[in-house]
Amino acid sequence: MDSAPALALLLSGDPALYGIAALSLKVSLSAVVIASLLGMPLGAALAIGRIPGRALLTVLINACMGLPPVVVGLAVFLLLSRSGPLGALGLLFTPAAMVIAQAILVTPIIAGLTRQVIEDLWTEYRDEFAAMHIGPVRRAAALLWDARFSLVTTWLAGFGRAAAEVGAVMIVGGNIDGFTRTMTTAIALETSKGDLPLAMGLGLLLIAIVLIVNALAWGVRRLGERFAG
Amino acid sequence: MRAPDSGLPILFDRVSLRAGETAILRDVSLSLAPGAPTVLIGPNGAGKTSLIRIAMGLQKPSGGSISWGGRPAPPPGRLAIVFQRPVMLRRSVRANIAFALAGQGLSRTERHARVARLLDLAALGGLADRPARRLSGGEQQRLALARALAREPEALFLDEPANNLDPAATKSVEALIRNAAASGIKIVMTTHDLGQARRLGGEIIFLAGGQLLERAPADRFFAAPATEKAAAFLRGDIVE
Repeated sequence: MDSAPALALLLSGDPALYGIAALSLKVSLSAVVIASLLGMPLGAALAIGRIPGRALLTVLINACMGLPPVVVGLAVFLLLSRSGPLGALGLLFTPAAMVIAQAILVTPIIAGLTRQVIEDLWTEYRDEFAAMHIGPVRRAAALLWDARFSLVTTWLAGFGRAAAEVGAVMIVGGNIDGFTRTMTTAIALETSKGDLPLAMGLGLLLIAIVLIVNALAWGVRRLGERFAG
Repeated sequence: MRAPDSGLPILFDRVSLRAGETAILRDVSLSLAPGAPTVLIGPNGAGKTSLIRIAMGLQKPSGGSISWGGRPAPPPGRLAIVFQRPVMLRRSVRANIAFALAGQGLSRTERHARVARLLDLAALGGLADRPARRLSGGEQQRLALARALAREPEALFLDEPANNLDPAATKSVEALIRNAAASGIKIVMTTHDLGQARRLGGEIIFLAGGQLLERAPADRFFAAPATEKAAAFLRGDIVE
């Protein structure tokens, strides 16, 4: 397959193509931010807290790390559809619905991986914090802060999941041109239509974005390790 | 006169500690009160570390009772400990000390001033912004001491404070301990280094096999130990 048309399309600065890329980034990054706000404290609480049913919750979260995107998409669709419990919000087939669906997919990944990172650090810090009489909230905050560079990997895993998924955003976003079309849904659509240069161009762009985000995260982590120990 | 929320004296009344079938401490009764540094010595497995962990309230005894200034639990912030392998938070040297001071009701200015004073005390002023984990063993130990002293405790427990340090680092750590003791902080420490026990100890507690076998002023203990096991330990014999 000749990839020259795809590259030409990429280099032409096609506004439609870059608009799709911008929306994809916006949706996935928003989902990762929301999932981090929910998942990181939850992961830390599971690592250090004396929560009733902690083992069950841990198993549940670990299981949810592999949630099928189409199932999440269907669940969010039912919630947001006009007859659903949140239908009055009018969010179905909007970028907000896509963010919600992706946040649901990413939260267990961030919570599960955060739990592992914090649990390891907690083993090291436990006695010191007990001797200092540090309360549970400050404990969790300090552990999350000290593990911040290790947690970059957690965010990357979450971002990778969000950026690559197609099933959930297709169902709740509707793949509406210029409004809810993301790179993954556009690739699926253009491939089915036979417009392979656009599909390939989007594919290359998606891979480039994932590479750049990973490289940036790696750089941040290395710098952090150098300057924060 | 101690403060009203004083954790001293710490009273052990027939304290024992078991790990499964193994007795780690057996019927230990003692009082740790303000005064000269108390040094715990004895062979490996004698129960020294367990004793100071129980005294800090970090471990519950299996039997007997313990009280802190007449209370059943240690008052927060009045006791501090430096572990054998102190944990360095993944932050700068300055932030490690500041962490111990957070939530103490100090103003920002007071906190900064106290951190600066402790950095000077531990001779770490020039390394204040360096990641704590990048420090040498001796520097880490001095930082751990400065962090433990940050809340101005009335008693400081030290578990092998100069373990694996070179002579220069040991000297600087011992100077800090002397300084703390001179400021009125009760020092309770374990050591394998008999020279260090002679240099720092006001009184010696000798433990073997989980039992407190002897307690005496340091000069008397080293001149004429009262028990055969202590005498054998000082001779360098293997004591169980």
